[in-house]
Amino acid sequence: MKRWLPLIIFVALAGFFYVGLHLNPREVPSPFIGKPAPAFTLPVVGQAGVTFAPEQNKGKVWLFNVWAPWCVACRQEHDALMQLSQAGVPIYGLNWKDKDREAAALLAREGSPYVVTADDLDGRVGIDYGVTGTPETFVIDKQGIIRMKHIGPIDADAWQNKFLPLLKELNK
Amino acid sequence: MIPELGQLALILALLLALAQGILPILGAHRGNATLMAVARPAAQGQFVFVAIAFGCLAYAFLTNDFSVENVARNSFSQLPKIYRFTATWGSHEGSILLWTLVLAFWTMAVTVFSHHLPDDMSARVIGVMGLVSSGFLAFILLTSDPFTRLNPIPADGNDMNPLLQDPGMVFHPPMLYMGYVGFSVAFAFAIAALLSGRFDAAWARWSRPWTTVAWVFLTIGITAGSWWAYNELGWGGWWFWDPTENASFIPWLAGTALIHSLAVTEKRGAFKGWTVLLAIIAFSMSLLGTFLVRSGVLSSVHAFATDPTRGIFILGFLGVVIGGSLVLYAIRVPKMESGGSFTWFSRESLLLANNVVLVAALGSVLLGTLYPLFMDAMGMGKISVGPPYFNSVFVPLIAPAMFLAGVGPLARWKQASLPEMAKRLRIAMAVSVASALLLPLTVGGFNWMASVGIGLAMWIVFTVLIGFAERLKHEQGSKLAALMRLPRGFWGMQLGHFGLAWVVAGIALVSAYETERNVKMNVGDTVHLSGYAFTFMGVEMRDGPNYRAARGTLEVSTGGKPAFVLHPEKRIYNASGMPMTEAAINYGFTRDVYAALGEELGPNEWTVRVFFKPFVGWLWLAGAMLTLGGILAAFDRRYLIALRKTGADTSPAKGAAVQGAKA
Amino acid sequence: MKSRNKKLLAIGLSVVGLAIAASLVLNAFKKNLVFFFSPTQVAAGEAPKDRAFRIGGLVESGSLKRSEDGMLASFVVTDTAKSITVQYSIREYGPLPDLFKEGKGVVAEGKMGDGGAFLATQVLAKHDENYMPPEAAHALEQAQKAQQTVVTQ
Repeated sequence: MKRWLPLIIFVALAGFFYVGLHLNPREVPSPFIGKPAPAFTLPVVGQAGVTFAPEQNKGKVWLFNVWAPWCVACRQEHDALMQLSQAGVPIYGLNWKDKDREAAALLAREGSPYVVTADDLDGRVGIDYGVTGTPETFVIDKQGIIRMKHIGPIDADAWQNKFLPLLKELNK
Repeated sequence: MIPELGQLALILALLLALAQGILPILGAHRGNATLMAVARPAAQGQFVFVAIAFGCLAYAFLTNDFSVENVARNSFSQLPKIYRFTATWGSHEGSILLWTLVLAFWTMAVTVFSHHLPDDMSARVIGVMGLVSSGFLAFILLTSDPFTRLNPIPADGNDMNPLLQDPGMVFHPPMLYMGYVGFSVAFAFAIAALLSGRFDAAWARWSRPWTTVAWVFLTIGITAGSWWAYNELGWGGWWFWDPTENASFIPWLAGTALIHSLAVTEKRGAFKGWTVLLAIIAFSMSLLGTFLVRSGVLSSVHAFATDPTRGIFILGFLGVVIGGSLVLYAIRVPKMESGGSFTWFSRESLLLANNVVLVAALGSVLLGTLYPLFMDAMGMGKISVGPPYFNSVFVPLIAPAMFLAGVGPLARWKQASLPEMAKRLRIAMAVSVASALLLPLTVGGFNWMASVGIGLAMWIVFTVLIGFAERLKHEQGSKLAALMRLPRGFWGMQLGHFGLAWVVAGIALVSAYETERNVKMNVGDTVHLSGYAFTFMGVEMRDGPNYRAARGTLEVSTGGKPAFVLHPEKRIYNASGMPMTEAAINYGFTRDVYAALGEELGPNEWTVRVFFKPFVGWLWLAGAMLTLGGILAAFDRRYLIALRKTGADTSPAKGAAVQGAKA
Repeated sequence: MKSRNKKLLAIGLSVVGLAIAASLVLNAFKKNLVFFFSPTQVAAGEAPKDRAFRIGGLVESGSLKRSEDGMLASFVVTDTAKSITVQYSIREYGPLPDLFKEGKGVVAEGKMGDGGAFLATQVLAKHDENYMPPEAAHALEQAQKAQQTVVTQ
């Protein structure tokens, strides 16, 4: 019995680690889910004088994607977003805390997946939406209610299992 | 092109590691010399390919190749060249690659310095290391590819975490990894012994210098880490009981226990099972450290990798490595006959007590580190276990080890006499009690913690001196020449214990007598602290290579005379926009004076934090002393002689001959 | 003493030693565990009155105020359901951390004061711009559960 003791202790510890691993400290459920998307009016990147407000999208289901030119993870999802926008999914961008005014040049250079991108220079709208980092993507329904928030780049798995079923249901 | 080359090199390295892990162990089992002979070339080839992969990643960082995601995330074109190089291991992926490179390096070293071992022993040792390496290479290729490309290519990178942009960070991780991974050699020797069923004193003698060298690196790594925290974090602290710090301290405690129990196994053939178990524990704790820091199970100041799939892989890997070893241990341990008997008061029993104390201390740190996770896993709420727990538990637990460190080296093997020992030690005891009572008064008033610390430190210092004196008592002729003739192993132990005394004294003094003030300062304001007057001369903006800094100037005078000028900074890093406090420190042998800028309250009006830290520098000097002691012990003549006698001393029977206590 | 007695003595001593060590550890443990409460739990009176604990959440925008001499900071921590005012003495405990910002996650350790404010002895902000301290995230999560909002996820 004594000689098996180290093994028993180890197995017990490993069990706790296994459970601990499934507690993901990064998933921060947004308290805004199920609430109306906070209102704002912001200038649109690259189009002087044009502004964007979420009310303009009443009646359609749309994605609100928070990104920034300085954000590397946003580059990762760029390809995916381009494909989605070509497939007809309306994506609106929020250019978050872009101090160097690089967004317009970047979108011109690499193609824009966005219908328009709102320019949140001081990050205030980001705070209203409880943004903790980039990229984050919100799904907003026809009534202007936030239905889902995705933290991190959208990959094939997230699109298939999280976005697609929800979009189907909302578009019914 | 270069990154793809790196990836190819990793794949080839994995194949070689698998060959190195499987074939020699199979060969040793069947007595097939051809299969056993695969071990060395496979291990050396593996090292070459891992080094190529690492070189490719370093090249991508140095040339600012932002098409590689890892580079884009962790580097920045304005980053100074030295930090672009250290950024290679600043990320999760890079640090695991560094880990693997270090493992390949240790394996390489084993292939070179193991020709004096029996062939089946060296084949098993190299094989076990190959299996460990396969796990890590598979981990990199499957979950943490450092060479993933980005499309489109970003114009610039996200910058390295500003906290890691410090000279201390250049050495800290490689040293720490050399230590962590170095315990893999002792582990491989233990597993090889379990596989072969041969537990002789030779086995302990072979693995002992490797363990000591690994311990030396870990000591350097921990010292450098503490130095980094002191200089970079701007809080004036040097040890925070942060989980990442504990992750390196726990293996250090296990390694320290292992070094001591290996001494008994080598000299007396006792504690065999315990030593094997400690070797497994030490390496397991190293793996656990990697797991804790690199999987995001615990989040802390510098635990930045967060991805559960990686965690599950590491956990599975830990399960196989540790679980497998413990099963093997449980099956084989009844075969070990315990060697040399000893009485309740002897060097063996004192070393056993040392091991019990060290393992208890290890357990208390492990408990405090894992308990919050345990509670979380059970859904019992979020809790934290702060420094007060560790201070109130670890310190009293480890204090008996300090006392034993004084007695142990003077006790005889097998049987020592308590009355005789008391007689030899009564002067040391009197002196240390007297200094415990009197010395604190000369520093800054009586303080019981400083008193106990000084008493224990003086106790160790005097017993070390007695050790030297007794060794020289019967020497004829020049005492100095005799001193130099003493074996390096003896010198190493003495210096190590002396270093320990120094650490204890430093910790006790700085904890008891440090002072701190936080004040609002306008230009021309002066604040007084422990005999120093700090006059605030204002703040100016300066540009660094990749940051902008508000640089304050504090003129410091003591005794009415200007002494030195401090320039604490508040930096904003260009790429991440992250603010950072850069403390200014005036170093001294008996005290440091430390200043940091707080917040800007108005034009040229800042909150300023100043510290007076007596004897804090002793901590790192003592770390150097511990290191020197370890190096001397690892390169004792008897190990070097064994190396030179290639092939001559390979029969197990001869190796089993227990050496005399004097060696 | 016979050798058998000596052995018994040694065993006895080590048992006593272990018992002392264990009681030391457990006692220190009980005293030094710092539990975490969200502002909602604090508002519901679940937090201890005379013992230190941690709170976490977001620093409410515009809530950071300083005393005249700048050495006492006060700010509001919210989990979006309930809020709690935190007071922190910079003079005693040092400057706020570099990454402390309005609208960002924060964790504070301290006790409840008589005036209903939380008197912090330590303020922690995570050293990474993009992530919140896990405890702050936990508080937001709890508040959300308590509000029983519809979650489509």
